[in-house]
Amino acid sequence: MGLLNMFSKPAASLLRLPSGSFTISREGNIVVGTIPSIYPPDLLEELARCVLAAFRGAVEAQAPLTELIIQYPGFKITARELRGGAVVFLVPEALATAPYQQ
Amino acid sequence: MESRNKVLLVDDDPGLLETYRELLARLPSGPEIHTASSGARALARLDSEPFRLLICDLKMPKMDGLQVLTIVRRKFPQMRTVALTAVTDEQFRSRIYALGVDLFWHKPGNEQEIRLFLECLESFLGAEADHPGFRGVQSKSLMDIVQLECISQSSSVLRITNGDQTGRIWIQEGEVIDADAGELQGEMAFRKILSWRTGAFEMLPAEPAHPRAIRQSYNGLLLEAAQALDEELGRQAEVNTSADHPVVQRLSGIPELEFALALEAGKAEPIVLRGPEDRDRMIAWMRTTLADFRAVGERLRAGPVRSIEGRGVHRNVTIAQAGLTELCMGWKSSLTPARIRELTRKVTSLWAS
Repeated sequence: MGLLNMFSKPAASLLRLPSGSFTISREGNIVVGTIPSIYPPDLLEELARCVLAAFRGAVEAQAPLTELIIQYPGFKITARELRGGAVVFLVPEALATAPYQQ
Repeated sequence: MESRNKVLLVDDDPGLLETYRELLARLPSGPEIHTASSGARALARLDSEPFRLLICDLKMPKMDGLQVLTIVRRKFPQMRTVALTAVTDEQFRSRIYALGVDLFWHKPGNEQEIRLFLECLESFLGAEADHPGFRGVQSKSLMDIVQLECISQSSSVLRITNGDQTGRIWIQEGEVIDADAGELQGEMAFRKILSWRTGAFEMLPAEPAHPRAIRQSYNGLLLEAAQALDEELGRQAEVNTSADHPVVQRLSGIPELEFALALEAGKAEPIVLRGPEDRDRMIAWMRTTLADFRAVGERLRAGPVRSIEGRGVHRNVTIAQAGLTELCMGWKSSLTPARIRELTRKVTSLWAS
């Protein structure tokens, strides 16, 4: 058994899809959040940038939005506009089938 | 042989029907005039044969004109509609225009009113009726109308409707003094209204006490508006607008849909199935938003973006997938999320089929 263990791959560190919420200031900074710190900060910053860009682009396209819902097969992002910033909710819908692998 | 346009007159008063039939016989295009003495009979006629124009009295027993026009706007969106009434109520006017009726007209009482009424009807029946221009004045642009009012040193309020959008331009002694369009006021509103290529307008009595918000001369305003319009037309010419696309006709049965863009896989230019006001920016928003959230999905291993729903005060927007095509749709803000999802499914299945 020890021999088999020696050749087996180390278990991949699987991370579940993030669950929780965070608030983005109008400058794009993450002000406060409940997302575990195991998720890379730059990932959340990238998400924050996308959310603010989507709200601001919609204003430029003469379709200002107050809420955005992005639906993935096992994951939902809900973003609500908040005086130039936003509050973002991340909700995994099928944790077992769509793991986030770091 | 060229077929004549058909007009259906609806009024519960047989005497008035006969009077209007005689009046409409004066129209230069010589349309066929048909009559119906009730809303139910009118709808039955419309179901059995195509008509170009419906002229409907508002006050009728059992099924009133508002009900008839509501059904007609839904079932026959291409048909020109005129509401004729003796009721002078601003609320009625708003409700009628909100339905998308082309013209709300008080029953003409003198020869001049009759002449104007017939001119408007003729503009609905002529060949130019399908071209851009403001209904109510034959083949005149809104710019021409404002210019005419200013040159003649008139004082009036122009009320302009374009679909469910409404705007007003205040003209006082030949100068444009103010405008409003939705949330916009002053020069911004004026430019917005002048960018509408089609619609209906009516002239309301002057409001001399209305405060002046626009200081620029009407010539300067019109020049700016003309330049903006030219630039917009130039941009639109570059966009692939497929008015003859098979889906376009079928989308006419979904009046809640404000605009629709289709981005086919492997093609650089989107297909504009129903135009948003600012196509370029809406297309850019669609592309950027999709690309951004696809990248986020990849990083999260969350899979492909299935849909993006945007809710707004003025309009809701959906991006959804139909086969290899991404569709971006604009919806009236009054729709519930459930209704939007239902209609989105309808549009995507229309596209897929």
